[in-house]
Amino acid sequence: MRELLSGNEAVARGAYEAGVALAASYPGTPSTEILETLAERFPSIYSQWSPNEKVAFEVGIGASIGGGRALVTMKHVGLNVAADPFMTFTYTGVNGGFVIVSCDDPEMHSSQNEQDNRFFARFGQIPFLEPSDSQEAKDMLITAYEMSELFDTPVMLRMVTRISHSKGIVELGETVHGPDKRFVKDPSKYVMIPSNARKRHVVVDQRLEKLARFAEETRFNTVELNGSRIGIITGGVAYQYAKEIAPDLDYLKLGMGYPLPMRKIEQFVNGHERVFVIEELEPFYEDQIKAVGLKVEGKRYFGRLGELSPFRVAQGLKETGVLDRVETPTISVDEMFPRPPVLCPGCPHRGAFMALKKLGVAVTGDIGCYTLGVMEPLNALDTCICMGASIGNAIGMEKVKGSEKGTVAVIGDSTFVHSGITGLLDAVYNKSNVTVIILDNRATAMTGGQQHPATGQTLMGEPTSRLNLVNLCKALGVESVRELDAYNYDAALHMISEEMQRPGPSVIITSRPCVLMPVRIMDEPYVVDLDLCTACSACFRISCPAIAASSETNKHGHPKAVIDETLCTGCTLCAQVCPPEAIILKSQYVKA
Amino acid sequence: MNDNSYDILIVGVGGQGVLLASEILSEAAMSAGFDVKKSEIHGMSQRGGVVSSHVRIAPKVYSPTIQEGQADILLSFEQAEGLRAITWLKKGGIAIVSRTTLIPAIVTSSRKYHYPLDAVAEMKKKLNRVIGVEADKIAGELGNPRLVNTILLGILSNYMSFDYDLWIETIKSKVKPKLVDINITAFKRGRDISLSAVKA
Repeated sequence: MRELLSGNEAVARGAYEAGVALAASYPGTPSTEILETLAERFPSIYSQWSPNEKVAFEVGIGASIGGGRALVTMKHVGLNVAADPFMTFTYTGVNGGFVIVSCDDPEMHSSQNEQDNRFFARFGQIPFLEPSDSQEAKDMLITAYEMSELFDTPVMLRMVTRISHSKGIVELGETVHGPDKRFVKDPSKYVMIPSNARKRHVVVDQRLEKLARFAEETRFNTVELNGSRIGIITGGVAYQYAKEIAPDLDYLKLGMGYPLPMRKIEQFVNGHERVFVIEELEPFYEDQIKAVGLKVEGKRYFGRLGELSPFRVAQGLKETGVLDRVETPTISVDEMFPRPPVLCPGCPHRGAFMALKKLGVAVTGDIGCYTLGVMEPLNALDTCICMGASIGNAIGMEKVKGSEKGTVAVIGDSTFVHSGITGLLDAVYNKSNVTVIILDNRATAMTGGQQHPATGQTLMGEPTSRLNLVNLCKALGVESVRELDAYNYDAALHMISEEMQRPGPSVIITSRPCVLMPVRIMDEPYVVDLDLCTACSACFRISCPAIAASSETNKHGHPKAVIDETLCTGCTLCAQVCPPEAIILKSQYVKA
Repeated sequence: MNDNSYDILIVGVGGQGVLLASEILSEAAMSAGFDVKKSEIHGMSQRGGVVSSHVRIAPKVYSPTIQEGQADILLSFEQAEGLRAITWLKKGGIAIVSRTTLIPAIVTSSRKYHYPLDAVAEMKKKLNRVIGVEADKIAGELGNPRLVNTILLGILSNYMSFDYDLWIETIKSKVKPKLVDINITAFKRGRDISLSAVKA
């Protein structure tokens, strides 16, 4: 059986075939579809969203120590959150096999940085495998479990967006049952007090030597000889780009990228006149290879920023002199308007951002759909660092600049649960005058509407206890916790102003769900009465994709507005800000 | 392009069905016995941004993305996005473009940018083979504005060697059951339009 699967779907399939018992994650692009696929197609595997990656990682550790094969998946920055358990679990080792899938995002298609998580594997002294297509994603995941149990180590499967979100043909296999293991008390292995940890660190060191020997033998580190004097060392998606451009060179393809097979590399380098390392992002291979005294070249031709591509590899190989010419695009186009992502029509975040813009305050932002509030013409955000940072940023900013104009933190419900709670606790404890707006749309909306503890549903579709955000904030010690209808612009203006005057931390929780998830919300649309419209552009400034320029203009030549009825959700915000009241419900519009 | 390999770039705006169209195309290619890879970026793109999907079809495919300036066919669901993407086409490549016009808020609100008056005409200045089609109007006539993607797939099918029945079977397997009939109708409309355009 062959199927067309994305890298993420292939990982899920691999988990099924490897007999994984438990999978845990927090959604994050480009990793999200792994657990979604498990829940949808392989419900025999227990899968869950955790409040954040650290908890997901710890849940996975528990499953492994308990004897089951465990899978934890996250985007690259998610491993920063889970770095604490990660760095110690590398000491204890596993019982049931344990694989961490790190989905990195070179080019930052939807991320705040493009860190290269191959360094995390080296940092934790554990092996990583890196697939170059969907078939390898599945095959390597299965091998990763065998390696994990054989070498008593967590193993990383390192993916990138182009592998996670590209589809390729995958040969399906049968599911197997992992070895029958159960929990055995062994505090010297699993309790990392200093006296035990010191002994385990020795084990980690010895393990790395064994893994280095394994790297020389594994079928994933392959040499392809075509008789060329030029050799290429590469891995992951970079291998595919290089093969596309120069299929006839000699290759050493690194499917297992840490520890490196140095003997194999030395032999390959010595057997060629010139050797180039082609790798995306950091010179991870190149620096290690150079450090043992071997002569290779790489980053100076291929760059360390952003994604590689066939074109970039071709350009690099031309600079090296290996290629005579590069096929360059022959058709050009003049610079065009940008089309950045924007808040959806009817998005409940829009009202809060309109009010914050009007108030002209400093707004610390966070990770989620609402980060789009930074875009023109809303321009409503001043910071965005990482999950949960908005509240801590606001506390610090407010402490140094005082409350002359006030500081407001905006954070989504899923992000608040992920890592905003401790920030709010800090605000209470350290008597910050910060105002926190929890933009509660009852979904992890940016990644496609996943469930979380405040939605009342689990990943596997079961109803569950729903976290009450008001009670939680009060329990943390916030005295003023108020709810706000996000579609009421005047109420938002007043409530935010009032709460900013109040000493001590305040929380405002907005109360409208995401318009897309779980069911698309469409109410009666609004229309523009062009006789009344003065082309003042007030409605354009709320940045709603349903509002466009009409071909009709006012006497100054400025375009009047028109509303796309198929996009309008009837949220009312444009009607609230229209000075001549030209925006009216479709059913109330009577054509003159 | 020959009957042995196709590099096809599909572009549009979030929500237009770019991903479903590329899914149908890729599945059809696999059924026809080709190696196939398709690459797309989701994430922020669903919020009204540009969406593009690279579909590569050949006996053996390495890179999941097309090399810039090497696409055989550009399939665009929005005319300005078609214009934006023509740099991906190789010399002699074909552009199949819906005349759908979606002007983003950033253009209407800032007055700093302008939307091309006739993007298809602009494309024709730079390319020899442009098929501009009022796919949004046809979709409206068929009763569902979301059929633009299937109409364009119908046009595309004329330039590929896959059997007609294979396309129909793939559409049946990838579209929700209640939408199968209307999608097949849309696919046929696209296929017919193109042939008449070529004759003219």
